Amino acid sequence: MQCDVCQDKAATVFLSQILKGEVHKVNLCQACAKAQNVTDPTGFALAEMLWGMGSHESLAQPKEKSCPACGLPHHVFRKSGRLGCSHCYQIFADNVGNLLKTMHKGTQHTGKKPFGWQPTVPPPLIPEIPAASVKTDFASNINQLLEALHLAVAKEQYEEAARLRDEISRMETAATKLTA
Amino acid sequence: MQFSALLRQTPEWMQTSGPHRDIVITSRIRLARNLVDVPFPGWAKKEQRSALMAELQPQVASLPEMEDAFVEDMANLSQIEKQVLVEKHLISREQAAKSNGSAAVINKAQTISIMINEEDHLRMQSICSGLDLQTAFAALDRVDNELSEKVPFAYDAQLGFLTACPTNLGTGMRASAMLHLPGLVLSESMAQVNSAVQKIGLAVRGLYGEGTEALANLFQISNQHTLGDSEATLIARLEKVIEQIISHERNARTKLLQEQPTKVSDHVGRAYAILRYAHILESKEALTHLSMLRLGSDLGLVPHDYGKMLDSVLVDIQPAHLQIASKKRLNSTERDILRAQMLREKLQSLPEPKLV
Repeated sequence: MQCDVCQDKAATVFLSQILKGEVHKVNLCQACAKAQNVTDPTGFALAEMLWGMGSHESLAQPKEKSCPACGLPHHVFRKSGRLGCSHCYQIFADNVGNLLKTMHKGTQHTGKKPFGWQPTVPPPLIPEIPAASVKTDFASNINQLLEALHLAVAKEQYEEAARLRDEISRMETAATKLTA
Repeated sequence: MQFSALLRQTPEWMQTSGPHRDIVITSRIRLARNLVDVPFPGWAKKEQRSALMAELQPQVASLPEMEDAFVEDMANLSQIEKQVLVEKHLISREQAAKSNGSAAVINKAQTISIMINEEDHLRMQSICSGLDLQTAFAALDRVDNELSEKVPFAYDAQLGFLTACPTNLGTGMRASAMLHLPGLVLSESMAQVNSAVQKIGLAVRGLYGEGTEALANLFQISNQHTLGDSEATLIARLEKVIEQIISHERNARTKLLQEQPTKVSDHVGRAYAILRYAHILESKEALTHLSMLRLGSDLGLVPHDYGKMLDSVLVDIQPAHLQIASKKRLNSTERDILRAQMLREKLQSLPEPKLV
């Protein structure tokens, strides 16, 4: 098998990563593996490389996203791993969401709040459904998904588990947006 | 407070004795905070950084905890002065590399230090003696609350405190303890402890944090995750693990004394001889021997009252401290000579270690 990067030497390093429920596979020769720093355990290098090699992610977004508040372009965030301002977290929510699971124990803050902080209530997206019932629906759906996730992990069906995990996080984000 | 006054003042944590002080030198809490609607320091333009510092510095300096504090722009400090603050663990290496638009505010007791425009707008730290993360947190929590009444912090209901790097989201808190573990190193069990600690999501680092060597058998243990658990849960989990490491260290020491008494006497004796009679001492060698003398003091081979003195010597022989003391720039050979001289003087009255 040939190396996907140099298209020349024989591939000896085989990588797969699940991103948003899709399996991405890359085959590399020793030299390219070293050059791409794929031994980096954090896996960011692989993610970046997959994007760089023109997977769907970059094809789907020909125009680069940037933060309207501070002007940080997406590629700078991807390269440095740092956001430009507090608003960037909304703009790059999808990208950050993917990173969080590998970095942290949970995706919901449970610690202290700033003095006098009040949640701002945005107008509900669908006015006729009360926020409370939306939340309950989400909660029961998420619980079902969580059960399916545990089952998939128990059966060692990791691709299915990753798909469920992404689904749950997508719903949780949607739920907080609706009911926050 | 002037820089010279800060140098003369012994930090409070060095004078007091917190729990397990023989093994845990200090406990530290760090909180990262940012203001809304201002770009993070790494992305902000120079003028934005300066404007933010001009706004934040007086607010920080006027906190009740910061009465008579050391308040200085990084631009006004020399390279050596910044390095001294790093060696005292009062600012980070990253902050020492900054100049215009960044500042440090350090209280008189040197227990609370606040960096403005490091990676985040505010990086606040509290240091306590021994294993006492709760006290360290309580002190910093007050400062954090007072500041959040004055300035609006960037905060999100789901992600918690918003930080420049997503690795600090949520609590923005890094809790850490500095442990002296010669017993585990000598009995070659440190690799095991290291991998066990990492498996449960905690980090083990060297003397000066990320990417630094574990000199003097000193290790920093801290939480990795900041999002998902509350501050109290993170601290409780870390303390529990540290208590276990402490008991492993004590067992390792007991075992060494029982099974290899001559080896222990040899390490402590050599350390004594070299530190008292050497004329050229590199930092790493000096730190290794100081660690062994400190172990000797814990085991009662060297009088106990030398224990604390050894902790302060450990800081005094660092490169920038030596240069500040001699009031001039020194090359590394000159530093090694001065370091040996300083150690000979400090340990002059130290009696010969007892045999095990």
